[in-house]
Amino acid sequence: MFTAERVADKKDWLSGRDHDWEIIIGLEIHAQVASNSKLFSGAPTAYGAEPNTQVSLVDAAMPGMLPVVNEFCIEQGVRTGLGLNAKINLFSRFDRKNYFYPDLPQGYQISQFEFPIVGEGEIEITPEDGEAVVVGIERLHLEQDAGKSIHDLSPNETYVDLNRSGVCLMEIVSKPDMRSPEEASAYVEKIRGIVRALGTCDGDMEKGNLRADVNVSVRKPGGELGTRCELKNINSMRFIRQAINYEARRQIDILEAGGEIDQETRLFDNAKGETRTMRSKEDAHDYRYFPDPDLLPIKITQAYVDGIKASLPELPDARKARFVSEYSIPEYDARILTADKAKGDFYERLAKGRDAKIAANWMMGDLFGALNKAGIELDDSPVNSDALGELLDLIGDKTISGKIAKGVFEKMLAGEGGANEIVERDGLKQVTDTGAIEKIVDEVIAANAEQAAKVADNPRLIGFFVGQVMKASGGKANPQAVNEILRKKLGG
Amino acid sequence: MSDLTKLSLEAALDGLKTKEFSSVEITKAHIDACMDAADLNAFITTDFTNAMKSAEESDVKLAKGEGGALEGAPLGIKDLFCTEGVKTTAGSKILGDFTPQYESTVTANMKADGMVMLGKLNLDEFAMGSSNETSYYNPVINPWRKDEDLVPGGSSGGSASAVAANICLGATATDTGGSIRQPASFTGTTGIKPTYGRCSRWGVVAFASSLDQAGPITRTVKDAAIMLQSMAGYDAKDSTSINKDLPDFKAACGKSIKGMKIGIPKEYTMDGMPKEIENLWQQGIKWLQSCGAEIVHVSLPHTKYALPAYYIVAPAECSSNLARYDGMRYGDRVEGDNLYDTYERTRAEGFGKEVRRRIMMGTYVLSAGYYDAYYLQAQKVRTKIAEDFKQAWEKCDALLTPTCPSAAFPVGRKVNDPVTMYLNDIFTVTANLAGLPAMSVPAALDNNGLPLGLQIIGRALDEETVFAASSALEACAGFTAKPEKWWV
Amino acid sequence: MSTDNTGVTAETVKKIARLSRLHVEPDRLAHLADEMNGLLAWIEQLGEVDVQGVEPMTSAVEMDAPLREDVITDGNVRDKVLYNAPKSEAGYFVVPRSVE
Repeated sequence: MFTAERVADKKDWLSGRDHDWEIIIGLEIHAQVASNSKLFSGAPTAYGAEPNTQVSLVDAAMPGMLPVVNEFCIEQGVRTGLGLNAKINLFSRFDRKNYFYPDLPQGYQISQFEFPIVGEGEIEITPEDGEAVVVGIERLHLEQDAGKSIHDLSPNETYVDLNRSGVCLMEIVSKPDMRSPEEASAYVEKIRGIVRALGTCDGDMEKGNLRADVNVSVRKPGGELGTRCELKNINSMRFIRQAINYEARRQIDILEAGGEIDQETRLFDNAKGETRTMRSKEDAHDYRYFPDPDLLPIKITQAYVDGIKASLPELPDARKARFVSEYSIPEYDARILTADKAKGDFYERLAKGRDAKIAANWMMGDLFGALNKAGIELDDSPVNSDALGELLDLIGDKTISGKIAKGVFEKMLAGEGGANEIVERDGLKQVTDTGAIEKIVDEVIAANAEQAAKVADNPRLIGFFVGQVMKASGGKANPQAVNEILRKKLGG
Repeated sequence: MSDLTKLSLEAALDGLKTKEFSSVEITKAHIDACMDAADLNAFITTDFTNAMKSAEESDVKLAKGEGGALEGAPLGIKDLFCTEGVKTTAGSKILGDFTPQYESTVTANMKADGMVMLGKLNLDEFAMGSSNETSYYNPVINPWRKDEDLVPGGSSGGSASAVAANICLGATATDTGGSIRQPASFTGTTGIKPTYGRCSRWGVVAFASSLDQAGPITRTVKDAAIMLQSMAGYDAKDSTSINKDLPDFKAACGKSIKGMKIGIPKEYTMDGMPKEIENLWQQGIKWLQSCGAEIVHVSLPHTKYALPAYYIVAPAECSSNLARYDGMRYGDRVEGDNLYDTYERTRAEGFGKEVRRRIMMGTYVLSAGYYDAYYLQAQKVRTKIAEDFKQAWEKCDALLTPTCPSAAFPVGRKVNDPVTMYLNDIFTVTANLAGLPAMSVPAALDNNGLPLGLQIIGRALDEETVFAASSALEACAGFTAKPEKWWV
Repeated sequence: MSTDNTGVTAETVKKIARLSRLHVEPDRLAHLADEMNGLLAWIEQLGEVDVQGVEPMTSAVEMDAPLREDVITDGNVRDKVLYNAPKSEAGYFVVPRSVE
């Protein structure tokens, strides 16, 4: 059911000629199930293989070929449904969605239309700059992917590769509960985090293993709903935000010029940052859904669902709560660190037996900053959790200071070796030998006798001496020891 | 050695086993008969070279006392079964020279049992028809010709004609609304459509998936049992395949039917049905009674709705099943101005009139706004029809009905009147809608000397009762008539 | 049945033919409409059946879907996949251009 009660935050309104506008967004996410074989055939699902090698005669829809359901895919549908706090339907069924396209070999897509395996659910999202929002899940159903059409190998023809044909997708349909591009991308991020935590989909958006269709309409804030357009197959968070922004503005321009929005499917052009009509009205589909007579209904038991439920890993929300209580880190940090399974796992390995707050700061600050800058995923980070842990341990046992550590980290990123190795090589160990420090302190006092005399009256001058001593030690002197010795010698 | 073509499959297998004759000999005899019978147009593709090779291989096995249940027997395959390396057309132009790189489960089973495949038999295009006149490869002629060419029935017209004309010892067929039983009735042959799910549909070109079922056409009830035993069986590649052990069909033939309750459904009669069919039905009742069966009268009140329901469900499924014939991956492509035009021309030129008609009907009944009124209603009526049978089974073990409301009719007589043509299947289609086993047994000749069949319908999975009752009927009827050999 | 009484028109036939990807010459539309109306008139009698509370039948076998294990048992048969293709190149099916 459509619930459009929530009105967007004013900050998310778009200004218009006569009044402001509010964007209404719903998403359909296609997440590829991480199965070995296809939904209805025993062909492999490997990405990037030679064309038409990951194809069985079933996937190519040869005459007389028949589908048989992959049990693993059913299980992943249920797991994901549980992760979305959704109702699991013990009865579900595969229907045929009929339409013609050269990369759709059967002339129909087998999908769950009337009886999806998962019904309504909800998840909470927190957009980057706003409050937490609850987004309703309409349904999750299983369906087969189509093949791939390649248009740039010949000027007059299309080349078809059926490797993807028959790969199992979970289509997760949200309610139109989002009101800003940021909410929409936070939603995708959240779904991605959930499926990755569950292991039901690898969430790789670059490979198209997770992609979104975005339904966008605009209305006067809190007013009557507008006509929506569907933006197809967008495969990055940034493009989702761009596409929504562009599309909302396009619709507002049409409406303000006295026009009407055509309900249509549109394509987002990454390069131009705009959306354009994909299908003309003339080609309006009538999918003629009906139960696939080659398949029988899927019936599962509550015991089966309960068994899966009992084996679910910890999901991002639960993990976030645990991080807050177990590691005493702020909610914000916990949210960032649990948004993704890989981040959470990295953090837990790093924080184990170390100062959890320092671990969080290092990950979110130095590490994420460096990875972002280099455009690298955490999984491919040149510094793994063990390596970063080694560095934090050197800070922890006062072998190096936090400041020195930053430099060491840079070198680790550059591949110069492990923390210990770099510290050893570059002689960065903190000097804790009080005799050695006293010697430097004496030299510094001797060189700055005038200021030394004023310390008794102006204790803040101690800072100057600390700085000078640190400088003279090449940053290696233990700052605490320096402080103590200076105070002893200069008073203050 | 032309006598070898007159044997039953059972007798031929015995003779092969006892080395009375070789597979090469009996295969050669059939190949000669096939070549003589070209006028029947029963085959679309013959594969005599490979047939002779298979026969030689069979003889090697037979000589060692080895070999399967069909070892060395020359048989025909309806051209709806995909056969590896042998052109498969489904009777349609649209498949062009399509040569499957795979073997249907049914024919694979038969090959494993030692069958010698003579070739691919003609049929109505995509099995849609009741007269074999919709085949792109021209009509099949019924060997029971009188003054004019008669149809052999359909869609398995090539199979029925070939078996009746003694050019194959037996043939595979398929039955979606009566496509095994009606041609069997028209040609004086025997045919069984087993319970839905007994024979794998894997590798059989689909017409209407929830109704299609393979079965044999043979000259005797026991031959049908022998062939079905080989064709049937669980197949994990077909989700609708029944995972149950097969009974011994042959052993069920000839079993006493004493005390068996035979139901006579009062609705199985039709306006304008020839009196002699009515009489034959009464004769059938007496025959079964004479074998000790008890006759009970039952009602199947929704019978008259079966055909209209069928003509929604079958076209709906076919409109979707035939979407894959688009000229993109296999078959004939007719290049148009653009992709859309190519689709439209490929399909309009590739499919014949009846197939196009059914695709259009199917598309219509599934389209937005009509689904509930047509498709859903038909599937509900189907449930009612199945319930009718369930109630009947409380009173009886099997049903006896005429197979068809008429004998074979002349070529061209009904082809332009779809509804009249569709009425041919009025007594057979109910078993498809309910998924039940049903068999047609040749019982008598009509006043014009044309064969007529009687039908036995059984409970789901109870082919044994069907075989027992059918063989009792066969024994009583003593039908031995053969068509006069006018070809060659 | 609760369908509209106007029946199938030439316009309907055109739409259905398009959905079915079947080329129909314009001068055949009216004839096909008549033919379809004839069949539909015969089928209409289904509306007489009281189906209240009746579940639609979707399969003639009373079973649940059999499920298969998630193992790779197929694929890597490109030659078979492309064997009957009207046109193929470099391992791809080649079809008329599907975008403008």
